Amino acid sequence: MCKHSKQASCFNMIRYISKPHPITGVTNAKLGTWCFLASEVMLFGGLFSAYVLLRTGAPAWPRGAEILNVPLATFNTLVLITSSVTMVMSWASLAMKEFANYRRYMGLTILLGLAFLVVKGFEYGHKFQHHHFPSTDTFYAVYFTLTGLHGLHVVGGVLLNTYFLFPGSALWKTEPEQFAGRIECAGLYWHFVDLVWIFLFPVLYLL
Amino acid sequence: MEKYYGWGLPIDISTHGPEIDRLIYVIHIFMALLFIGWFSFLVLALFKFRARPGHRATYKLDHFKTPTYLEVGIALFEALLLVGFSFPLVHKVRNVFPDESQALQVRVVAEQFAWNVHYPGGDGIFGKTDIHKITPANSVGLDEKDPNAHDDIVTINQLHIPVNRPVITRLSSKDVIHSFGIPVMRIKQDVIPGQVIPVWFEAKKTGNFEIACAQLCGLGHYRMRGFFTVETEEEFTKWFVSQPPFVALPLPPVDQSIVPSPPQGEREG
Amino acid sequence: MTHTDEHPLPFWRKYVFSTDHKVIGIQYAVTGLSFLLFGFGLMMLMRWQLAYPGQPLPFIGHLFHEKAMVMGIMLPEFYNQLGAMHGTIMVFLGVVPLAVGGFGNYLVPLQIGAPDMAFPKLNMMSYWVYFLGGVTMFASFFLPEGAAQSGWTSYSPLANIATTGQTVWLVGMIFLITSSLLGSVNFIVTIVQLRADGLSFFRFPFFVWAQFVTSFLLLLAFPPLEAAGVLQLMDRLAHTSFFMPSGLVVAGKVLEVSGGGNPLLWQHLFWFLAHPEVYVLILPAMGIVTEILACNTRKPIYGYKAMVYSVIFIGFMSFIVWAHHMFLTSMGTKMSAFFQITTMIISIPSVVILTALALSLWGGSIRFNTPTLFAIAFLPMFGIGGLTGLPLGLVASDIHLHDTYYVIGHFHYVVAPGTIFALFAGIYHWFPKVTGRKMSEFLGKLHFWPSLIFTNGVFMPMFLLGLAGVSRRLYDPIQYAHAQPTQPLNVFISICAWCLGLSQIPFILNFFGSLLWGKKVDKNPWEATTLEWAAPSPPPHGNFEHLPEVYRGPYEYSVPGQRHDFWPQHMKEEN
Repeated sequence: MCKHSKQASCFNMIRYISKPHPITGVTNAKLGTWCFLASEVMLFGGLFSAYVLLRTGAPAWPRGAEILNVPLATFNTLVLITSSVTMVMSWASLAMKEFANYRRYMGLTILLGLAFLVVKGFEYGHKFQHHHFPSTDTFYAVYFTLTGLHGLHVVGGVLLNTYFLFPGSALWKTEPEQFAGRIECAGLYWHFVDLVWIFLFPVLYLL
Repeated sequence: MEKYYGWGLPIDISTHGPEIDRLIYVIHIFMALLFIGWFSFLVLALFKFRARPGHRATYKLDHFKTPTYLEVGIALFEALLLVGFSFPLVHKVRNVFPDESQALQVRVVAEQFAWNVHYPGGDGIFGKTDIHKITPANSVGLDEKDPNAHDDIVTINQLHIPVNRPVITRLSSKDVIHSFGIPVMRIKQDVIPGQVIPVWFEAKKTGNFEIACAQLCGLGHYRMRGFFTVETEEEFTKWFVSQPPFVALPLPPVDQSIVPSPPQGEREG
Repeated sequence: MTHTDEHPLPFWRKYVFSTDHKVIGIQYAVTGLSFLLFGFGLMMLMRWQLAYPGQPLPFIGHLFHEKAMVMGIMLPEFYNQLGAMHGTIMVFLGVVPLAVGGFGNYLVPLQIGAPDMAFPKLNMMSYWVYFLGGVTMFASFFLPEGAAQSGWTSYSPLANIATTGQTVWLVGMIFLITSSLLGSVNFIVTIVQLRADGLSFFRFPFFVWAQFVTSFLLLLAFPPLEAAGVLQLMDRLAHTSFFMPSGLVVAGKVLEVSGGGNPLLWQHLFWFLAHPEVYVLILPAMGIVTEILACNTRKPIYGYKAMVYSVIFIGFMSFIVWAHHMFLTSMGTKMSAFFQITTMIISIPSVVILTALALSLWGGSIRFNTPTLFAIAFLPMFGIGGLTGLPLGLVASDIHLHDTYYVIGHFHYVVAPGTIFALFAGIYHWFPKVTGRKMSEFLGKLHFWPSLIFTNGVFMPMFLLGLAGVSRRLYDPIQYAHAQPTQPLNVFISICAWCLGLSQIPFILNFFGSLLWGKKVDKNPWEATTLEWAAPSPPPHGNFEHLPEVYRGPYEYSVPGQRHDFWPQHMKEEN
């Protein structure tokens, strides 16, 4: 009898999928998510460093507010922050075994994410209409690339959350602990995406 | 004819060359001593402790003190190399520039795949340049409207300098990263587009040497060879005045009577 | 007796799209070895042009497309492609996939007593994304204007204005970086979470420590290069100017870009990865050598704790030395002083590790089988590589040696007779575990001795070339007067390189031959102590019937008072 699981033998038993490790206190997925987020910090860190190098080396650099739509971006910031709150609520609903509420909050999170993207789409479209492209100058290059890559991460998060709202949620019936763990990890990712925006917004729009 | 190049360091004709060469020798002696000592130990150990009948390995050995002393010694020696050799030499080469009034000033504009050498002419002032004025005949884009540019001299791949006089070279690139290297002068400096990078050096021997590009710059990287001539002040002046200036002295006025005037209709516009 | 699956998997899912770390490890290893061979082939072509510039390549020269060779004579564009792709393929498609993806994937779960990696499906995905990256890189040779040709370093602005091959290179790199990131997350979580009961961190085999630190390097250092790759793609495709300053004139025409960019930005982002990358290249090799030396000296590794602290320290330090690749880019003396200091400091833990390994031989009972020969050779070869880093790490000497053949000699000593010898050692050592058969000792020694001699013949003369001032990446080495006297060395190097290629034939024959006819062995033919030798040869899916428990450190050999001279980690009673 395997003392790690209720199975006849330990064979093929990967531990700590649902239950946390006694010493580290986390599940595999949670530790993996933190590692992944560390690499994402380095990714956006590299991009922010590029921005700093380019801006300090430039003879002139416009103030973000002169070129970009600050009110719209402020709205978008609130959208993302709210979506982080709804994301936490969806995970908390699972902790309280309220699956219906989980679906509501997760759905809201997805909608808010999409709203963010729609607003971003308007911003980009407006710029393109006025013939401002990444190739126009370094400010625009930085703006489009950084917000673009962030936007791709939002898309990724929306897709992930959609998966967990629909097909992925079947796991709740068979392995509720593991499923709740997955939602927690998705939440960590979503909070990170939100956090990147919290840095992007003042750096690009306000400074 | 003196041999400049061989298997190893080329001849050194630079005032700061001996210090660089000394550092290279010192490091290599240090490396050789370390390696020979360490390698001898290795061979000894391999022989002494080869597996053979009746011989058994020792589970726990006493802690070796020598390696710790060795490691500390290596660290201290590296610190000495840094503080005693590299830092002062780099400071001298990079920061302590010769007096501008004494030195020969020259600009070197690198491109795929040649070195454009730009001298400021008799007035000692570099003429203004404009990238839009670059043509095959005007490789650095001198602006003919700037009077200071008129006496400037531009050569392709010909860098002449007088011996025993410091030279300040301002390096720039038209296109990609190149690297201005003169092996016999023990100098090398990457040429970064968008920057003007000054480099100074002083030659103490005459001769004909070469400039090598030391950063991959495209298909012609292998043939981006410049000619570096160090000569006496007299020879240098002779060479200098024989070079055609950017704008030649004005031609004598043309006899207007033999110039046909344009047809009547066109003049009315 | 092994436990069988209740539902046996079809061939496709058992051997191709498998989630078993051992199958994936073998996939990585075989693909990696194939790319190593291919990358080596590229270099052998280059060596012809270097030894006999402008001469037609005999026998096979006419097989090449006229954009590469005209009547067998190599063109500069093809030479530059070979150079860029040789570096890229050897580092990213060859050595790291073999060392980390191959050895790491196969051995780490076994050595920590786990049934598999923490995320088996992610593991499978990381292999196939690597495969995709490899196919992309390989395919780039067949573009109309060929593959990338701006060096594996892809400096802007050259890489920005280069042919389409560079764009494909960037796409390939994004696949490879993604694969690497997925893999490194897997390794870290597996090592931390899935280690057997009783396997504390200081009871890890050093190989596991090496893989652990390597995974952190891959996790944290690659993303800035991914960022840089995105920026260079934006420059090339969206015509941004991240790396393009204003005022550029290419081939006589003013370049119409927005300008305002900085070529040094690329270099900083690139080297921020590429320096830790070289530690990714060496650390798994040090791990392999440690395992083999412990086993074949029949005694514990000397200074195990010091080695562990050193490898962790190397991990940290490797993030703050990167600009020593950029000493000649007009950086100020304060910045260059900082990087010289950190570069000197990082040499210390490497010396500690090398010394500990050498001292581990003292007092041992050394068995000179093929894995041990390669592992021992690693030590002086890596020593030469490390020592020759010293004149490069000091700016004053680097002024003369930067971007010369001295650099090529330096890093090849570390990677070629360094890492690759360690990888060979690992193949000979663990082949019995993976296949249940031993490789031929005779062919092994026939592989080892010529390889050792010829690899020194290839790389030792390069230091002379470098001291003479001969630049890297020269299509025709004799255009410069200072490079002409050393041309006989180029001929010598090329001949040694081709002989080195021939010396690999015994290995290839041995590898495939032993699969079919090698002597069958049981689970622990080397009488080793670490956990992988407690599993059958080859281990079944799930590795262990019962997850082992660990009672002692990894190198309890020749423990006094025992009958056998090895005490496996999982064995409770005396051996």
